Amino acid sequence: MELNKKIYLDHAATTPVKPEVLEAMLPYFTEKYGNPSSIYSLGRENRKAIEDAREKVAKALNALPKEIFFTSGGSESDNWAIKGVAYANQNNGKHIITTNIEHHAVLNTCKYLERQGFEVTYVPVKENGIVDVEDIKKAIRPDTILISVMFANNEIGTIQPVKEIGELARAKGIYFHTDAVQAIGNVHVDVKDQNIDLLSLSAHKFYGPKGVGVLYIKDGVRINSFIHGGEQERGKRASTENVASIVGLGKAIEIADANIDNYNEKLLKLRDRATKEILGKIPYSRLNGDPEKRLPGNVNISFEFVEGESILLSLDMKNICASSGSACTSGSLDPSHVLLAIGLPHEIAHGSLRLTFGEENTDSDIDYLLEVLPPIIEKLRAMSPLYDTFTKNGRI
Amino acid sequence: MTPLLKMEEYSQKVMDHFMNPRNIGEIPDADGVGQVGNPVCGDIMKMYLKIENNVITDVKFKTFGCGAAVATSSMATELIKGKTVEEALEITNKAVAEALDGLPPIKMHCSNLAEQAIKAAIEDYRKKNESAKQ
Repeated sequence: MELNKKIYLDHAATTPVKPEVLEAMLPYFTEKYGNPSSIYSLGRENRKAIEDAREKVAKALNALPKEIFFTSGGSESDNWAIKGVAYANQNNGKHIITTNIEHHAVLNTCKYLERQGFEVTYVPVKENGIVDVEDIKKAIRPDTILISVMFANNEIGTIQPVKEIGELARAKGIYFHTDAVQAIGNVHVDVKDQNIDLLSLSAHKFYGPKGVGVLYIKDGVRINSFIHGGEQERGKRASTENVASIVGLGKAIEIADANIDNYNEKLLKLRDRATKEILGKIPYSRLNGDPEKRLPGNVNISFEFVEGESILLSLDMKNICASSGSACTSGSLDPSHVLLAIGLPHEIAHGSLRLTFGEENTDSDIDYLLEVLPPIIEKLRAMSPLYDTFTKNGRI
Repeated sequence: MTPLLKMEEYSQKVMDHFMNPRNIGEIPDADGVGQVGNPVCGDIMKMYLKIENNVITDVKFKTFGCGAAVATSSMATELIKGKTVEEALEITNKAVAEALDGLPPIKMHCSNLAEQAIKAAIEDYRKKNESAKQ
């Protein structure tokens, strides 16, 4: 292995910008600096660049260009979808349904709305990390105005029954939002076929730039404006457009959409090999989340008797970048809400490792991982009083 | 899922004590053993003391926890080795953190655990001693 070569296994956190995406963006920082709202050609050309990007996004999602709104990223899109629909429809009811494994951009927005007098039902997922459509159905009340369920989970990668939930919501006349930040570029998303009314996505998860995203809003959905000001984004999201980033997002989604089947196949091989061999080589380890209905690049494994940050630090010393659901990596005292939601005891949730594969990963990266990971876990277990108690007493 | 704390937030000394912890292990015939923390919070420290003539002659530890928890345990054992029981009791969490060239603010609670582990092990030693006298 090359000295100091980083092995990046954290593509669910972010991805590098593709060279062709960067190339498409660069002119918009310098020579093509016009404000898209200006009427002279320097501005008009940029307006066209934005509309081209909008068409690319619409094509990838099977939506209409007028249903695509550019935002600053996934969190903004989630905030806008949930608050915007809640406030615009509160005369019809103040009840929202979501799950207990959503991203904090959804969960904390819902908690905020609870303080504003809305009621939220957090439907628990099953042990495999997937919500049961029947449980969503049971949570529906006459005053339910919105259901928000993520497309795929960011920690354990589980893919939710979005199409069925969308169908249910539509039959009941309830709006359906999905946070598809982790799904885009990894699995097929089709807003028409999957009955989606609102969808959030973020460019930096599919080799685009950070700081730009999209909220898809199906034509006719009642939603408040997010930023009041000028006429940008049809008056719903004012502010001079982030032209270069929007162009980058358009290019990135075009490439991702065209390559999705090959990419999927490549990641599946890496994922399944890594999962099988890690579980085979390291005792007292378990895969978190459904083994099949999960993102093609996601591995999430708990190692008993060890703590996640210690694993990450040790991997970092070996030039491997990964992440964990341990409390110690987040600054809170509780481990990941997702791992607790699928029924993991606290001490096992603390010892989780998330590996998310991407474009530049190869089988030799996995060879190297399999070489360094088992001794790291062994070393940490040798110093763990929990492992000590376990080996002496057969239990903790 | 939050990314790993930036490595720069841990001093070189913390990383050194994490990667190469001193005095790791256990003492089978320890004079005092203290265990603090709980698995729910993700931190457990177990400290073993060998005490002769009121002086800590040997100390070992085992820790389940983050990088800071391991490093503070390791440093705490270094600080109390060769000290009298009274001197060891005077070691504060601040002293442990300072000896490691500081800890990130959110990790300061780990140094409390090290101080508590020392105190728990000494308390255990004193209890055993008292019952031996009776």
